[in-house]
Amino acid sequence: MTSPLNPHLFDADVEKIPTRNGYGDALVILGKKDPRVMVLSGDLTESTRAHLFREAFPERFIECGVAEQNMLGIAAGLALSGKIPFVCSYAVFMPGRTWDQLRVSVCYSNANVKIAGAHAGLSVGPDGATHQALEDLAITRVLPGLTVIAPCDYLETKKATLAAAKIKGPVYLRFARDATPSITTPRTPFVIGQSLVLREGQDVTLAACGPLLYEALRAAQVLETQHIHAEVINCHTLKPFDEETLINSVKKTGCCVTIEEHQIIGGLHSVVCETLSRNHPAPVSAIGMPDSFGQSGEPQELLTHYHMTAEDIVQAAKRVIKKK
Amino acid sequence: MPLRSSKKDQPDLPALKLLANDIRQDVIRALVKAKSGHSAGSLGMADVFTALYFHVLHIDPKKPRWIERDRVVLSNAHICPVLYAALARRGFCSREDFINGLRKFGTPFQGHSNTHFNMGIETCGGPLGQGLSQAVGMALAARHDQADWHTYCLMSDGELDEGQSWEAILFAGKEQLRQLTVIVDRNNIQIDGFTEDVMPLEPLADKWRAFNWHVIESDGHNLRQIIDACEEAKTIYEKPTVILAHTIPGKGVDFMERHYEWHGKPPDPSEGRLALRELRSLAGQVTSEHE
Repeated sequence: MTSPLNPHLFDADVEKIPTRNGYGDALVILGKKDPRVMVLSGDLTESTRAHLFREAFPERFIECGVAEQNMLGIAAGLALSGKIPFVCSYAVFMPGRTWDQLRVSVCYSNANVKIAGAHAGLSVGPDGATHQALEDLAITRVLPGLTVIAPCDYLETKKATLAAAKIKGPVYLRFARDATPSITTPRTPFVIGQSLVLREGQDVTLAACGPLLYEALRAAQVLETQHIHAEVINCHTLKPFDEETLINSVKKTGCCVTIEEHQIIGGLHSVVCETLSRNHPAPVSAIGMPDSFGQSGEPQELLTHYHMTAEDIVQAAKRVIKKK
Repeated sequence: MPLRSSKKDQPDLPALKLLANDIRQDVIRALVKAKSGHSAGSLGMADVFTALYFHVLHIDPKKPRWIERDRVVLSNAHICPVLYAALARRGFCSREDFINGLRKFGTPFQGHSNTHFNMGIETCGGPLGQGLSQAVGMALAARHDQADWHTYCLMSDGELDEGQSWEAILFAGKEQLRQLTVIVDRNNIQIDGFTEDVMPLEPLADKWRAFNWHVIESDGHNLRQIIDACEEAKTIYEKPTVILAHTIPGKGVDFMERHYEWHGKPPDPSEGRLALRELRSLAGQVTSEHE
């Protein structure tokens, strides 16, 4: 069973919306539904889309200034007093600068804090390496009790934000900056911890998270014309990871390519390799940052330079199939 | 039970003084058995903990999750032996369990205290500089809910080296969090030496004032002064309050007092016996034929 996808996915004029907009829209819905929801921002209110909540619920919006460590600690204190705080910053600063606060003030207490790391991956392009969060998944998924989600598009981000509010405990949500293709539909299911098979195939598994999932789907289309049947999995939740869906897929295909806008070390590639080595060893190749810092450039230029396009995925798939 | 004399809300100071001495003895007993842990700060803050847990705080050991309870955030959680000792004497946990279980496998008496609502512990502490931010979040929650409870954050002077502390101080000043009181253990020591050598903090009171806090300087061993300072803090409506509690590290045990070497080590059994003898005799004021 595959999940429904945007029927215009491969049109030249496919709808594109930034994932962070889904976060902003979901916050307003949550604000209406639950008076415990509060939003904190570290001087990045509009770019994290928290301004929509600020306009609707000014009494539940807390401006913390450029002080992320304090902001996350405040969120922990609010959560330990019964609130559901959503904390907004860029992923390079939070979790980047706030890892100790995330570990001790939030995760060790199992405080019900939702952490939104915006502008992750390469899509913040021209700002350069300092602002391109490519390590956030690695440093969050090692923390006990922290749920880690990298949604693929606007709608999935909206669903993930709403779902994060429903579970008790800390959640990290990762967003991109740029407008990216709408992959899912309102009918596409979203459950934290359940990966989605978007396309079935028996030759190679393409496991992707975040907006690069679009490149994986395009790659599967190209492979199909060459009689290679790729299975595409949306691994939106890195933790708790849906091992069963991956293992069942690789049992069928015998190999896997991981696709993520993140360092190859520590993110989805690591999750997949750890899972397969314990359960069903198989060759895995990686699309992601090759242990290097980024640089300024347009997002598409950077994706091309660091070999993260559909064409690169096609090549990686062919290489890994040969290793079976 | 809160120790109050017959006159309404007046503290029973002689009884509180004896209780502080009992708490110090429990700290020594537990540290000797634990074979590791922090002696100086725990003894130095025994009077502040006694004042808080036996007079100032609105808490109920029978209802540890009571929504209207005052909150205590121990930021410098390496001095948690004194927190556990106070909680045990106040009825939140067993004294025997604490004395035998400090830092031991399988007990709730972790080497640095962690969130345990049923035992009256609100937060996880230890890595310095994190507690005040959490206390600020609690005070914000109380204000948002128009609740009356008060948040107390206990922190060390050494952890004022941490940038996060000043982020929180700046924020609380901006928000005029009157339901927040910080008590700084101004004992002038940190691991590498005296604070003014390692990283000078003075003029400390002026620094807090410049961040829009109400500042009270207090003798951290004078129960009357500590209690008065906490009461004064509640009357300040436009600012959060910091009490700079001037304490002597290792207070009550002669060979530990003022020696920063005792920051992070426990007494061995013979040192423990010496310390208990001194505390039991109220520094030689009381003598007994029984040891």
